[in-house]
Amino acid sequence: MSTKTQDLERVFGEKYRHGFVTDIESDTVPPGLDEDVIRLISRKKREPQFMLDWRLKAFRHWLTMGEPDWAHLRIAPMDYQAISYFSAPKRRDDAPKSLDEVDPKLLETYEKLGVPLHERARLAGVAVDAVFDSVSVATTFKEKLAKAGVIFCPFSDAVLNHPELIERYLGSVVPHTDNFFAALNSAVFSDGSFVYVPKGVRCPMELSTYFRINAANTGQFERTLIVADEGSNVSYLEGCTAPMRDENQLHAAVVELVALADAQIKYSTVQNWYPGDEEGRGGIYNFVTKRGDCRGANSHISWTQVETGSAITWKYPSCVLTGDNSVGEFYSVALANHCQQADTGTKMIHIGRNTRSTIVSKGISAGRGQNTYRGLVKILPSAEGARNYTQCDSLLMGDRCGAHTFPYMEIKNPGAVVEHEATTSKIADDQLFYCRSRGISQEDAVNMIVNGFCKAVFKELPMEFAVEAQNLLSVSLEGAVG
Amino acid sequence: MLSIRDLHAQIGDRKILKGLDLEVAAGEVHAIMGPNGSGKSTLASVLAGREGYEVTRGSVSYLGEDLLAMEPEERARAGVFLAFQYPVEIPGVNNAYLLKAALNAVRKQRGEPELDAFEFLELVRGKMKLMQMDESFLNRGVNEGFSGGEKKRNEILQMAVLEPKLALLDETDSGLDIDALRVVAKGVNSLRSPERAIVLVTHYQRLLDYIEPDRVHVLSDGRIRKSGDKGLALELERRGYDWIRQEAEVA
Repeated sequence: MSTKTQDLERVFGEKYRHGFVTDIESDTVPPGLDEDVIRLISRKKREPQFMLDWRLKAFRHWLTMGEPDWAHLRIAPMDYQAISYFSAPKRRDDAPKSLDEVDPKLLETYEKLGVPLHERARLAGVAVDAVFDSVSVATTFKEKLAKAGVIFCPFSDAVLNHPELIERYLGSVVPHTDNFFAALNSAVFSDGSFVYVPKGVRCPMELSTYFRINAANTGQFERTLIVADEGSNVSYLEGCTAPMRDENQLHAAVVELVALADAQIKYSTVQNWYPGDEEGRGGIYNFVTKRGDCRGANSHISWTQVETGSAITWKYPSCVLTGDNSVGEFYSVALANHCQQADTGTKMIHIGRNTRSTIVSKGISAGRGQNTYRGLVKILPSAEGARNYTQCDSLLMGDRCGAHTFPYMEIKNPGAVVEHEATTSKIADDQLFYCRSRGISQEDAVNMIVNGFCKAVFKELPMEFAVEAQNLLSVSLEGAVG
Repeated sequence: MLSIRDLHAQIGDRKILKGLDLEVAAGEVHAIMGPNGSGKSTLASVLAGREGYEVTRGSVSYLGEDLLAMEPEERARAGVFLAFQYPVEIPGVNNAYLLKAALNAVRKQRGEPELDAFEFLELVRGKMKLMQMDESFLNRGVNEGFSGGEKKRNEILQMAVLEPKLALLDETDSGLDIDALRVVAKGVNSLRSPERAIVLVTHYQRLLDYIEPDRVHVLSDGRIRKSGDKGLALELERRGYDWIRQEAEVA
């Protein structure tokens, strides 16, 4: 290995800043998974019968499935019986009615993470739902949202208070049979967020969920469902962190988006799960199924993700463009540093006429990281006048990392227009030298070049998130070039 | 200001500079000329601190400091500026952003307060007028999609904004048409001052019609073979470089 590579890796060495553990009493079920555990979860959450039936159906299907092995990932075998499927901070039975009743230790945790839950301290205009291990601990700005008719609450509450909406939309985009991890999630999901924006309503603020894994040996299986009724508009942000632990922890989430006619959903993620240490010990296994259905005409779904964390990332936020003239977008920055592996991308399924999709993917590989873009553009015979534009760029730092691109295209309509552009580049020594010879430090120069590379994606993020994403990226890259 | 003694430098096993001596005082403009492969660009790169060059012997003192011991960014902050022969493209990074970061790094070193966006814009607008550059350049990616002439002008703009003490221009004239050459020369001449030294590395005498040097040096086979005033450049234009090499061999 050249000294330059060692230099590169020094800049990337920075420690994970969210790796602390909150010392809080938890109600955790023993490891293992069978029908009794699922019944227990359902009972703890006082779910109606239809919910339990759906979970059991999913579980029975999951038993017939195997883990997917087509991704460009090396994964140690997972023992699904060694995981605990439910963990909640104690005293949840009398769920807090207001923030004053939330355990102060929990509030402290979120303060440390930079997600203050107290209304007065919060960023104006962002409502937050905080999910700690398996349950949602606080949702803010509920009343203001209710005035606009927007439902934003923990998924568990929605099951109890809005069962008709849950029954109608749950699994309608990602069925319980969809894939191994989605089936597992359907069986054991514990909490998450639910959003319903009624007809013609423009949601008055950004909605945000903050996910935190705390307990050891637990999996996190949250479920998010967002329904935007006709002519409505909503922007949703998701952030995630976890403590540093030597063993791997499983995170298998499902996110479903439904956009009815003329509705628009913008979903942004900054994923910063613990990535493991420099030698690849520990870290979150992030197996996530995210899909949006542009169900109505002229609907619009946009995914933006900044993926800097997790030991393994396996996710493909997708759009099913059912409605005529509907629009799907995917903007992604994925970083794989040290021993991280990412296999991520999107699927754009064109069904309706004049449907359009845009894919912009920026992969950054450093250390021994392996970064894969995997994307499918599928244009069905019915999709008259469909268009897709894909741009897929990879940036390599050092000489031990890898970038891989697997674009799939299935075009069944001869009138479709599909464009694909791809580049692979290295942070060139001459770019670094150029910046340094202008008085800019090596580290600032790396940040500048990487941010320039990611610019097309960052500009899609809401303002506060764009700043956070840039900072996160620079922290994740500190020590990479020396 | 700059004192180079017996400088030997190589890339890998290839020896390029073989005992180069040069003295440059504040307020002077020096031109370094020489045939292809004589070591002109290597000299500029070694002075700016580019990686890949190994200095095996000799010393470079800049304002009394050991220049070779400094990192490239430290040299820049201490007032050394290299105008690149091939300016580098950095896609997505705003030209103004790089320039502002550079200026504030230099100002911080000098103990001056950092400029805010408004003060910076005011400063840079004045300099752009001098370089006859459109303001839209500020919002384009650094050198991204610039023509050869635009890149060179951008280098001189950076130099004009950063106001270095020692400016090294590496073949800034190559690839410029006559109009662009005049603009670049105007920019360089505007920076001439008793506190500042300028070293022009060039292949052709043409640039020196516009920027009049105090001293002209001929670099050949890794050493300064001959020094003189502006007349030497004209003689080179007439006679080429071979006679210098022959003279050196005889000596």
